[in-house]
Amino acid sequence: MAWRLPELDRRIVFALVGLSVTIPILWKFHFPEFPSPMVRGVFERVDSLPAGSKLLLTLDYDPGSEPELNPMTDAVTRHAATKGIRIYYITMWATGPPMIERVIRQVLQKEFPDLAYGRDFVTLGYKPGNEAAIAIVASDLRKLFTTDGRGTNINAGEMTGSLRNLRSFDMVFSVSAGFPGTKEWIQYGTDTAGVPIAAGMTAVQAPLNYPYYPTQLLGILGGIKAAAEYELLLVKKYPRFADPAFPQEATAKMGPQTWAHLTIIGLIVLGNLTTLLAGRRGRR
Amino acid sequence: MKRTVPLVITFTVGALLIVAYFIPHWPFARLRDDFNTFFDVIAAFAYIVGGGNLIRMHGRRAARQEAGWGYSLVCLAGFLAMLAFGLTKVFWREGAPGWDLQGDLNDSTLLFKRGYDNIFRPCSATFYALLAFFIASASYRAFRARNVEATLLLVTALVILLGRTFVGTLMTGWLPPSLEFLSIPQLSNWIMSVPNQAGNRAIMIGVALGIVSLSLKVILGIDRSHLGEKD
Repeated sequence: MAWRLPELDRRIVFALVGLSVTIPILWKFHFPEFPSPMVRGVFERVDSLPAGSKLLLTLDYDPGSEPELNPMTDAVTRHAATKGIRIYYITMWATGPPMIERVIRQVLQKEFPDLAYGRDFVTLGYKPGNEAAIAIVASDLRKLFTTDGRGTNINAGEMTGSLRNLRSFDMVFSVSAGFPGTKEWIQYGTDTAGVPIAAGMTAVQAPLNYPYYPTQLLGILGGIKAAAEYELLLVKKYPRFADPAFPQEATAKMGPQTWAHLTIIGLIVLGNLTTLLAGRRGRR
Repeated sequence: MKRTVPLVITFTVGALLIVAYFIPHWPFARLRDDFNTFFDVIAAFAYIVGGGNLIRMHGRRAARQEAGWGYSLVCLAGFLAMLAFGLTKVFWREGAPGWDLQGDLNDSTLLFKRGYDNIFRPCSATFYALLAFFIASASYRAFRARNVEATLLLVTALVILLGRTFVGTLMTGWLPPSLEFLSIPQLSNWIMSVPNQAGNRAIMIGVALGIVSLSLKVILGIDRSHLGEKD
């Protein structure tokens, strides 16, 4: 058998992966999720913030990572907005401002029309300088920001007037896809300022940030699966989010991802069977 | 003079920043903040230098019609068009063009925003999505149990992959509570939290020690490669 099919042509592999993603998207397959202790920990920490707390949401990613990271940005934003937490957005990536504007437009303004820019949420926008910019935010934010992301004088803003440095915030939530990202926020920001930080990141980034958990990092949401678990916890705690008006993007994306993973597992098993059978035949 | 001045600057700034870390009080804390601000200003100028370099490199390649000059031309056209759209804030509203220097860069009628939303965003997402196909192909070819190390890698990969889906939970959901630690999601979490964490910490500490050593060499003027000299 194996000698008739020594290796699958890569075009067949590509076709299988394509089908395993396309069919679940079209048929909208949904699978049950079981929140992990790590995701539960992050959720409970955000949930424990009282109304009026200041949450700094750092969105350090680009359009390439949007499908994986937008769902967790949206879920944390919804969670904070529901709790009456004041949200401050910031980005250290030049491609970050559209990510901030998207979540403001698609989540805050659409799902929470009562919330107002400058009173309940604000964007500080983008600053170049990577870790040096983070270090300035940690020590004296006003040296870097004279206005918010929309050009309002930082002293005039209701939310920004009282900001001094990173200690002005009750918690930081970093959503990142690379450098500068969570690692730099910990090293140059939250660790020196003593501010708690939780993070959401692409699945490939997560293993690199585990060394900071649990002392320097409250928890990690790694990839779509963690975002889907967060969405589930959000729906359980606040049932109104089960309404289709609040799209559960990560939960919807878990269908294609699960089938793609199963396809890859199947391919790995098939590859090993081919090697095993070919080896036995060779020995004979 | 040409070498001494940069070496003195490097030593002074490096030594001051180290002292400021351990003594975060006036005047060191103030100096540290000022140096960070200087760095931020320099980083902003780096964009101009980077843009100039991009024009020079690709302009030369296109002018000489070297291999792949067509791609350089596309790169230059994209760069210059987006730069012009961003600086002038040209918009297209109700079938007519115009420009507004005070406009918001997130305004969807700006050509800059349209270029970002309709070209950069889909292209970027497409390239990232293509990785799935290459990862699948690479996994099929590379994850073969040819020896003990490869088998360990293979088993770890399978546990992590299954742990990232509900199938892992279904496969081992029947285990009694006393054996729950053997369930695939638990094993997946354990791999990430223990062996992965230990390995990554070891690498990070090694890298950090290397950076400390290299930084000391640069501060003390032993390593002068940043001045364009060979070791």
